[in-house]
Amino acid sequence: MAAIGPLLQTEALHKAFGGLQAVQGVDLRVDPGEIRAIIGPNGAGKTTLVGMISGRVRPTSGRVLFDGRDITAAPAHARVALGIVSTFQLTNIYGNLSVYANVALAVQRRRLRSAFDILRPDDPLLAGEVQSALEEVGLPTAWDLPAGVLPHGHQRLLEMAMALALRPQLLILDEPTQGLDPDESAALTALIRRIADRVTVLLVEHNLEVVLGLSHRITVMDRGSIIAEGTPGEIEANPDVQRVYLGQ
Amino acid sequence: MTRGNGRRALVLHLAVLLALLILQVFLPPFHHGMVARIMVLATYAIGYNLLLGYAGLMSLGHAMFFATGVYGAGLMVYHLDLGPAAAFLVGIAASTLVAAAVGLLTLRTTGVAFLIVTMMFAQVFYLSTLLFSRITGGDQGLVLTGHLQPLRLGGLKLALADPGVKYNVALATLAACLLVNLWLVRSPAGRVLVAIRENEERTRMLGYNTAAYRLLALIASGAIAGTAGAVYALLFSYVGSTFASILYSIYPLLWVLLGGAGTTVGPLIGAGLMAYIVDAASGLTSSYLLVVGLALVVLVMKFPAGLAGALRARWWRWLP
Repeated sequence: MAAIGPLLQTEALHKAFGGLQAVQGVDLRVDPGEIRAIIGPNGAGKTTLVGMISGRVRPTSGRVLFDGRDITAAPAHARVALGIVSTFQLTNIYGNLSVYANVALAVQRRRLRSAFDILRPDDPLLAGEVQSALEEVGLPTAWDLPAGVLPHGHQRLLEMAMALALRPQLLILDEPTQGLDPDESAALTALIRRIADRVTVLLVEHNLEVVLGLSHRITVMDRGSIIAEGTPGEIEANPDVQRVYLGQ
Repeated sequence: MTRGNGRRALVLHLAVLLALLILQVFLPPFHHGMVARIMVLATYAIGYNLLLGYAGLMSLGHAMFFATGVYGAGLMVYHLDLGPAAAFLVGIAASTLVAAAVGLLTLRTTGVAFLIVTMMFAQVFYLSTLLFSRITGGDQGLVLTGHLQPLRLGGLKLALADPGVKYNVALATLAACLLVNLWLVRSPAGRVLVAIRENEERTRMLGYNTAAYRLLALIASGAIAGTAGAVYALLFSYVGSTFASILYSIYPLLWVLLGGAGTTVGPLIGAGLMAYIVDAASGLTSSYLLVVGLALVVLVMKFPAGLAGALRARWWRWLP
């Protein structure tokens, strides 16, 4: 009876866009504490799959279970409250708002307890939490600048700070190192490793070096289905994976 | 949207209100009446700005909410001889309900579609006021003089037609709405509205039910517009379908754009400036609307973010 159930489970998850079968019958199981990577060639259905987990995409059929609860019908914003938080393939921040306001939006969401809280003035603890979220990702202190003027690498870190400020249980990172130079990419990888002791991470990533160095287990998708799953060592040795993903 | 600065903003708003309070002693009668009218219209603009400037939704149907306040209060006085305080409350309640109902239907859309749909609803409302002219007085309107009882405040009896009473009731309305609006936009909810304006999808993925927040913004906006409408009817003793016409949906848009959308003092600046431009232009020529139009074009070209927006961009970064 001591067995811990999976944090996230999908059952026969299916998504069709018109005639295109983007995701077909995916059964995914992610245990708490894991760093799980999902890899696969372009068009394999990775982003659609994580979209159905975060709630941005409605599945055609199948179920999504989080912490044992069926959340298939839950809207995206409600899933964030449950602890499923995403960052996006294209950096998605509020460019016109200050760095501080970007993170404050995430912090205040987590602190909302009742409907009346939305009309209360900011409590002093908010600023402290914004500060610690920004310090955690290592952002320098130009907090009054509009977030849009930050260099790309810092915008990524800001997005991480927003995600972490929500204190997620499951953090979905869609191509977090895209567009980063090697140094920035290494710093972000180190950050992900650092937070992994308290957050389960689901990582969609193209950069194989990052994936192999970071993840505990890897799920390989091709044409909407899972074709392999295992440790980084197993995946590297798998002939099917070499064929579809690493090139013939 | 930076840290702190709460006190500075509050002091500025209180100073503006204090200035208006003192101003009445010095204003000659004509300007005294004009500023009273401006303050009520600025309240309307504050309501409009909450939706446009903060939630980022451009409505062309706000005349419906303003006129609901006008009729809600005015018809109670005219037909049922209700006292001004009760009529005022009916006006606010009616406009809040109308905003909630219209919001549930129109907020399925955003952008240009929202603009069009709100305009359609407002046109239906406008045509209804003409159709039921036996109750509303149609475009002739109804004059409330003779039906309107004095406002009782404790032992005091205040005749709303008295210029001094008019000015101070208008000021009290403006003060209440300005400060409520300031508190709203500086609350966590206000920050979420700005976030929705900037990037709705991101806001949803931060865990906010954006549809609910937009509805909240529309209801608050409609309620403030209706408050202004109710006060307008009571102070100026008149209700008429003009207030429901498209013109009264366009006015607040112009005031807010001129004064600065998304700033708390912009609506007051815009409504005041526009009233005086119209006044100055109509003294010069009979085709004063041409002058007004040109003035607007120049101002918008020079200050695309509105006057208060320009102030914020150049000097007062803390301006809420």
